[in-house]
Amino acid sequence: MLLRLDDVGRAFDVSRPWLNRVIEGSPRQLLHAVDGVSFEVRKGETFALVGESGCGKSTIARLIVGLYAPSRGRIEFDGVQISDPEARAATARLRRRMQMIFQDPYASLNPRWRVRDIVAEPIRVLGLASDPAEIARRVAELLRQVGLAPEDGEKYPHEFSGGQRQRISIARALSGSPDFLVCDEPTSALDVSVQAQILNLMTELQARLGLTYLFISHNLAVVSHVADRIGVMYLGRLVEIADAEELFARPRHPYTRMLLDAVPDLEMSGRQRTPVAGEVPNPLSPPPGCAFHPRCPHANARCKSERPDLIWRGETASACHAVEENRI
Amino acid sequence: MNLRALWGHDVTYSFRQSPVAIAAAVLTFICIGGALLAPWIAPQNPFDAAALDLNQAFMPPAWVAQDATNYLLGTDDQGRDILSTIMYGARISLGVGVAAVLFALVLGVTLGLLSGYLGGRLDAFIMRVADIQLSFPAILIALLVDGVARVALPANSHDDIAIPVLIFAIGISGWVQYARTVRGSTLVEKNKEYVQAARVIGRPPLAIMLRHVLPNVMGPVLVIATIHIATAIITEATLSFLGVGVPPTRPSLGTLIRIGNEFLLSGEWWITLFPGIALVTLVLSVNLLGDWLRDALNPRLR
Amino acid sequence: MGAAPMILEVKNLSIEFPTRRGKLLAVDGISFSIAPGEVLGVVGESGAGKSVTGAAVIGLLDPPGRISGGEIRLEGQRIDDLSHDEMRRVRGRRIGAIFQDPLTSLNPLYTVGEQLVETIRTHLGVEAGEARDRALALLREVGIPAPEARIDHYPHQFSGGMRQRVVIALALCAEPRLIIADEPTTALDVSIQAQIIQLLKKLAREHGTAVMLITHDMGVIAETADRVAVMYAGRVAEIGPVRDVVRAASHPYTVGLMGSIPKIRIASAKMHAPLVQIEGAMPRLNAIPPGCAFHPRCNKSFDRCKTERPEPRAVGPNLAACWLYE
Repeated sequence: MLLRLDDVGRAFDVSRPWLNRVIEGSPRQLLHAVDGVSFEVRKGETFALVGESGCGKSTIARLIVGLYAPSRGRIEFDGVQISDPEARAATARLRRRMQMIFQDPYASLNPRWRVRDIVAEPIRVLGLASDPAEIARRVAELLRQVGLAPEDGEKYPHEFSGGQRQRISIARALSGSPDFLVCDEPTSALDVSVQAQILNLMTELQARLGLTYLFISHNLAVVSHVADRIGVMYLGRLVEIADAEELFARPRHPYTRMLLDAVPDLEMSGRQRTPVAGEVPNPLSPPPGCAFHPRCPHANARCKSERPDLIWRGETASACHAVEENRI
Repeated sequence: MNLRALWGHDVTYSFRQSPVAIAAAVLTFICIGGALLAPWIAPQNPFDAAALDLNQAFMPPAWVAQDATNYLLGTDDQGRDILSTIMYGARISLGVGVAAVLFALVLGVTLGLLSGYLGGRLDAFIMRVADIQLSFPAILIALLVDGVARVALPANSHDDIAIPVLIFAIGISGWVQYARTVRGSTLVEKNKEYVQAARVIGRPPLAIMLRHVLPNVMGPVLVIATIHIATAIITEATLSFLGVGVPPTRPSLGTLIRIGNEFLLSGEWWITLFPGIALVTLVLSVNLLGDWLRDALNPRLR
Repeated sequence: MGAAPMILEVKNLSIEFPTRRGKLLAVDGISFSIAPGEVLGVVGESGAGKSVTGAAVIGLLDPPGRISGGEIRLEGQRIDDLSHDEMRRVRGRRIGAIFQDPLTSLNPLYTVGEQLVETIRTHLGVEAGEARDRALALLREVGIPAPEARIDHYPHQFSGGMRQRVVIALALCAEPRLIIADEPTTALDVSIQAQIIQLLKKLAREHGTAVMLITHDMGVIAETADRVAVMYAGRVAEIGPVRDVVRAASHPYTVGLMGSIPKIRIASAKMHAPLVQIEGAMPRLNAIPPGCAFHPRCNKSFDRCKTERPEPRAVGPNLAACWLYE
């Protein structure tokens, strides 16, 4: 077990400016982007977090790599707590073993830096090599590994297409020799045929280098190709965790079923699907009890008042009263 | 970047297409060239008291005077050749202008970067100071600083300190526009993923600000600085005109205009007119160059 | 094709962008047509020229882009050579548009009702009272709950999916014959996408409106479209009924495209199989290869592909521009 999250929460203060609040008498507003999330990622696997916009999956990614600090809960990496802002030095050493790949290929590379400097930055900062010739050799090797040419190191990011830029991002992430990669929607901004290239590349690199991935996406089909285990999120909470195969064959939580039904049917099999109802509610004022109950065809009185816990049955967990009560 | 790439570059192309920009650039170079090379090409050194001859005072420009004299633009009340004084004066004007702009730029960019990246109370404090300062006209601030310096510093060092104080005064009155612009750009860049990537890699905030954010926010600063040079020169000229700028022993264009002003109505029009034309030409051409630069670098207009 | 005349006919359309480095051909001789009540999907990756085609049909091509060849006919009448004013009249009344971002498609300063009523009155010339009734009916039709209350709300008071429904209502309110929808669901969540897709399909059927659905998402096409045109580098690679193109594509690019789309498969053996990948990337506009634009990336290309450009020819129910089917 490489990564462990325990009741992690993160709230953002989105209140209006102090002066406005005083004049208008409006209260503080907190956005609970992540509201009590717990899961584990095992060494060598690909764990996917799926959900629609506002579910908190990107926030969790940033909590894990340290871009935000959690408001509550613990994050452990290789058994050591890394979420404690007091123990910076100890956590910094562990943090070096994780890197991140971002969604937007156009904003994730500094437009004023040459590609070789972008890729070499982790090597320099982490002190993995200091001899310029050694650094150049490593950069060339990394570029080759991601399918680019060593000469590409001399160019600037704007000379590359979206897919190539993601390759550069992957090379940068790998140059720090991490064992854990957080991938935040790495292919969402790419064309379909380019996406296929990048997904294949990532799978191949994982097998070759023994990496562990936390893969975040809103696209269930993409996730079905890369994930070993999947966690489904809704409004800052985990509603289901299961092995990939199990999730697609026998989804438990009504939201998971709804998501699967909403995936377009490219096989054109004409399968029977439940029509989707409603929209994601405003995360600033989530519904009481189970956050999904307004859209759920199986909601009862208990769902409206009592928030369901994530309950494990074997290898699958779901946060649903109806599942717990064996109603569905 | 080799020369051919430079010639074909979008910005150079835009320059070649714009007659105004070319004319402005030519004029600016003439002014700067004349100012820089003054000690070698000016007919006379007007600051060398021994070379002056009071008998040559109030000589009119060459095409007006009856006899063939060497004074192309005439002389002033102390026999100084106007052309030479313009060239030497332009040196002072340009020197003070460029130095003041550099000072304002460094101060403003630094404060803007810190303000935008670190946010919080530091940002609020710096921005409030900037807001307060903006409610005063720049000239007033420069006058204030100058006045305080005169009182605070020993009297006999006035002449030596005058120019650095002037540079400081004009600079401090102009840093806000840089800070505001850089702060805005920094706020945008801060949220971009390449900055987040640098944070994940573990770079400290200072390194991120200097090596990642700064190169990406400097673009508009260049345009502001070019136009600011013109404003700084005018400010210096105004202060010198009012008598609180450069010391009279080393006159700038503003001082010349003031000196000549006294003789305007008694018929020696050339003493004020030619420095005035020189100042306007310099400022106008720098302004036009700055305008063109702003449009050429604006990605949306391309 | 039946007795009903085509609503939209595009023949040999070419669109170019003169730049100081030469003319770039964004669209190079494409042809297609749309019948009443039919949804034609125009699918392609970025740079294929689909958005530019939509812009040209609706007359909103950004200068210096211009139509350099071919013709566009709306209900038999040419519209590519109309003046600005004439095109403006056509645009609101007979062609409606739905764009990607519902946030910028609606004016934030006016209520939804005001925008609908204004458009209805401008194009249909009815009285204010009747216009409001029509607006209410439209809102009900696109599935906005409690339209009497919501008609006086501002765009920011609607959620993303609801806003897009309002945009659809706005596109329909002048009773156009043709609707151009450019990536109408890309900015929406997956669960909302499905709802909007169903809505568009239902409205097209009920109103007999022709819909040109431009998107990069093959899944949306499979759900919504009756026919689909696959574009590559400014040309049509394949066009045909959606079932046939999606399940039994002929053109190597379409085959590669369908293979590279991730699909959910239950059997675990297939789950982590590598996706089909097409090597390389779509050529830039200034570097389109001679002959067939796809030949450098095609694993079935031969000599003729490198020199001669193939025209679309019948392959079963589809038309495919490929020398394999000569």
